[in-house]
Amino acid sequence: MGCLESLPYEVLMSKISFKEAREFLSRYPEKYDVAPGYRMFDLNIIGVPPIRVAVDGDALIFPYTKPCHGTFLIRVQNATDEITRLRGRT
Amino acid sequence: MPEEPTQRVAVLVMGCPKVPVQTSLVLYLSNRMKKAGIRTIIAGTPSARQLIRVADPDGHYTMEMKDLDATIAALAKGDLTVTDSYVFVHNDAGVSYAATMQSLTNRPVTAIIFGEEAEQIAQEITFPCTVIAEPATHNPMSLKNKLEEAAPWDA
Repeated sequence: MGCLESLPYEVLMSKISFKEAREFLSRYPEKYDVAPGYRMFDLNIIGVPPIRVAVDGDALIFPYTKPCHGTFLIRVQNATDEITRLRGRT
Repeated sequence: MPEEPTQRVAVLVMGCPKVPVQTSLVLYLSNRMKKAGIRTIIAGTPSARQLIRVADPDGHYTMEMKDLDATIAALAKGDLTVTDSYVFVHNDAGVSYAATMQSLTNRPVTAIIFGEEAEQIAQEITFPCTVIAEPATHNPMSLKNKLEEAAPWDA
């Protein structure tokens, strides 16, 4: 089970809807759609497809959903391994 | 590929437990499923599970309980296979969990939607999913009646 607290993360937006997260991430030139349950940073991504994640330099921005607090947009820097894995998906 | 389950395995996914009807309805549905011989797993946050555990300390109405994140992880890895899911929804996050269950299991999902914004939230269900919705917050009877009409324990 993943724990966000173990990551050097920054919260870009909080308590938003999954649609707002998708719209915000659409503005990034490098973005990918992942399936619900896609695992990154030891977390399973929750959401309504298409779930968008964005690459911004060496940072990864993705939605993180909690049952009581809605969706947060999280930015994790120095995410080169996860970015490589994301780019290499078939 | 995950193995086909040899028996029916239902998972009841609890959302944030702040709306009172949820715990009551989960216990009710779990009890009906258990009586029908269906392996029934309740997945929820620690607080949601404690509400169930305190209400049913001897497990008369419930069978298994699992952490919500661990359940999602097990489904994603293929370590857990379920035949049907019932997701309790009263906010946007609940819709996300219902969509995730549909995608991960590729099996029938029922969203049981409650709370003051039930109608509006039901409009957000744009993926294959049976919807049972009522704007109930304190009184579970209308949703209990709808569950009895649907009778998923008889399916």
